[in-house]
Amino acid sequence: MSDLDLLYSDIEDDLRASVRDLLADRCDPDAITRLYDGDRSVVDVLWKSLTEIGMAGLLVPENRGGQGASSREVAVVLEELGRAVAPVPFLTSAVIATTLLLESESNLLALVASGDRTAALLLPWSMSPDGEIPAFDLVGESIHGTATSVAGAIEADVLLAPVRTASGLAIYAVEAAGASLDPVVSLDMTRELADVSLNHARGELVMADAESAVRRALDAGAALLASEQLGVARWCLETTVAYVKERKQFGRPVGGFQALKHRLADLYTRVETACAAARHATAALSDHDPDTSAAASIAQAFNAEVSVHAAEEAVQLHAGIGMTWEHPAHLYLKRAKASQIALGTPGRHRARLAPLIGLPS
Amino acid sequence: MNDQLDQRVARFLTDHDPRTTDPGEFLRARYDAGLAWVHFPIGHGGLGLEQAHQAGVDRMFERAGAPDNKPRVNPIGLGMAAPTILAFGTEEQKDRFLRPLWTAEEVWCQLFSEPGAGSDLANVATRAVRDGTDWVVNGQKVWTSGAHNARFGILLARTDSELPKHRGLTYFVCDMTTPGVEVRPLRQITGEAEFNEVFLTDVRIPDEHRLGGVGEGWKVANATLNSERVSIGKSADRESGLVGVVARTWRERPDLRTPELHDRLLRLWIDSEVTRLAGTRLRQKLAQGQPGPEGSAMKLGFARIAQQLSGFELELLGEEGLRYSDWTMVRPGHVDFNGRDAGYRYLRAKGNSIEGGTSEILRNIVAERVLGLPAEHRTDKDIPWKESAK
Repeated sequence: MSDLDLLYSDIEDDLRASVRDLLADRCDPDAITRLYDGDRSVVDVLWKSLTEIGMAGLLVPENRGGQGASSREVAVVLEELGRAVAPVPFLTSAVIATTLLLESESNLLALVASGDRTAALLLPWSMSPDGEIPAFDLVGESIHGTATSVAGAIEADVLLAPVRTASGLAIYAVEAAGASLDPVVSLDMTRELADVSLNHARGELVMADAESAVRRALDAGAALLASEQLGVARWCLETTVAYVKERKQFGRPVGGFQALKHRLADLYTRVETACAAARHATAALSDHDPDTSAAASIAQAFNAEVSVHAAEEAVQLHAGIGMTWEHPAHLYLKRAKASQIALGTPGRHRARLAPLIGLPS
Repeated sequence: MNDQLDQRVARFLTDHDPRTTDPGEFLRARYDAGLAWVHFPIGHGGLGLEQAHQAGVDRMFERAGAPDNKPRVNPIGLGMAAPTILAFGTEEQKDRFLRPLWTAEEVWCQLFSEPGAGSDLANVATRAVRDGTDWVVNGQKVWTSGAHNARFGILLARTDSELPKHRGLTYFVCDMTTPGVEVRPLRQITGEAEFNEVFLTDVRIPDEHRLGGVGEGWKVANATLNSERVSIGKSADRESGLVGVVARTWRERPDLRTPELHDRLLRLWIDSEVTRLAGTRLRQKLAQGQPGPEGSAMKLGFARIAQQLSGFELELLGEEGLRYSDWTMVRPGHVDFNGRDAGYRYLRAKGNSIEGGTSEILRNIVAERVLGLPAEHRTDKDIPWKESAK
């Protein structure tokens, strides 16, 4: 437990640089802001660019059509996607759905890994890894029911439906074309949600007795979301520091006022700590450490709040401009706040952690 | 650790069985074998190796039941004086001071802070005036932990008040047994006197006890303070320290539990854990030779959590938290958070955001040196110290 490597390797640094370059080129804040007015043109182009450099298959072994990387590399990509509030289904398809498919024999995995198809697990985005799994019903051979507030469904070609069967929870793959999608107006339009209904849909059985596999997939999602939250927080800190060095009031840069310096020093401390929490959760996941669930909940409880705090500080310290759509700070606040609820709230993760560390209520 | 070093330690332990060798003799022999600080030069307790090997060597000695060199009684000596002597001392000074320092036969203290120079350390007023081959020192130092046990003190004194404050300082080693050195206990918030005031009246320090050049005291003192920051947050396991004490109480005392305290405990537990991980990450960076200005940030985090946890512990204990163990003035050799009660921990933790740099100064350091924000306006820059506002 104590010997997990919390640093970044040279390979991870190289990967970070190439993803950052691509995002700088293809993911400009104005295009992201237009998502809130219904212009989704940036999404498909950006996701295609990322899949072309192999990002969809990072977690998948080479013999199953992927890049054979680990969650450590995935975490670095997520940090960059967070920094850019990139509106792509990486976390939902390349992490959560992929982690689930890795435990199956399905050929779908290779298609998802190559980026030819994008998958989404049909669960509410607020679902915690220890939550009660809302499942679809099996009526004869067809699947019936609704999943609300699903992330990644709009971008998905194939939907992974948890289905209640006589022998437990199963996962069926359903073509998105056979589902009824009702996009919802989301707090965070850079990760748009949808209500998904299946009306006597036909699906292909991917995995029987899938409950623990689903929970592991959500655990991986929670552990790695902490890195995305770190990326959001880093952007907020760096952008705000740069702004207060430039912005003058009373004849000097506002960043010279001690009240602001101390707030930003505290924020820096929290962000550096969030980095350690994210690296720890990632390393535990990558090393199949028995501590993985605890590490994920620790990181999720901590980083979700650091990310929101960083975004709220960014809006406040940018003051007037921070309240407008002319500055991208609002995009980060919306992503941070929505991600605080995603995959279990901090309170939910603290409650889940309590028995894992022997501190019962 | 490399095999050669491994074998060297094993051979030493065979030649000096910790169970039968006198502890003092064992420690002196370990120093002479270069196994005290492996990164120090040969002849000065080391082998000139990478510092990264030290932890492995320490572990082997610990497992073999070797006597320790009282690191808790001599933290200033081991953590601050030794690296400074190594960096700035003459060969004679290294020969004289390092060995008995390492073996804890001579404990060290730090004569830096003064009533008028705490956070503004370069403002020290203690004077050292040259008199033949000696310096004559007059002044008052404060917050000197361990001065009552110390044989030597590292001393920052003003040798030229015509220069701006940072430039007129010189760094000395003060023999605490010299006539004119008076150590008075300074009773603290906890009731005990862990610190002291030190009064220096016509204290004669020979010039060969000067560390670094005349007027270079600030540079030398900064080397000392940098060593202090690096030594913060030693490797620790999950739930070591205060959080472990509180968690144990929670586990053993179901009668104290409430839902409100449960959520607060979990928040504090997570905060402690992630801060511990950040400390681990910082050490991993340092071991790789990556610069770590984050040290100041980590100290801020550790201080905050110690204060929150110790405050929480009193509330958790409820009625018991109203009682205090002992207000008798004692002069302990070191701080012992775990050996005392919750009230002591609460009060002593208040010092965590003051000692080793106040949290306010550390925030300025992070803001200016890490984030690059504009520096505080200084009115005493570039004017002679004696003319600056005191």
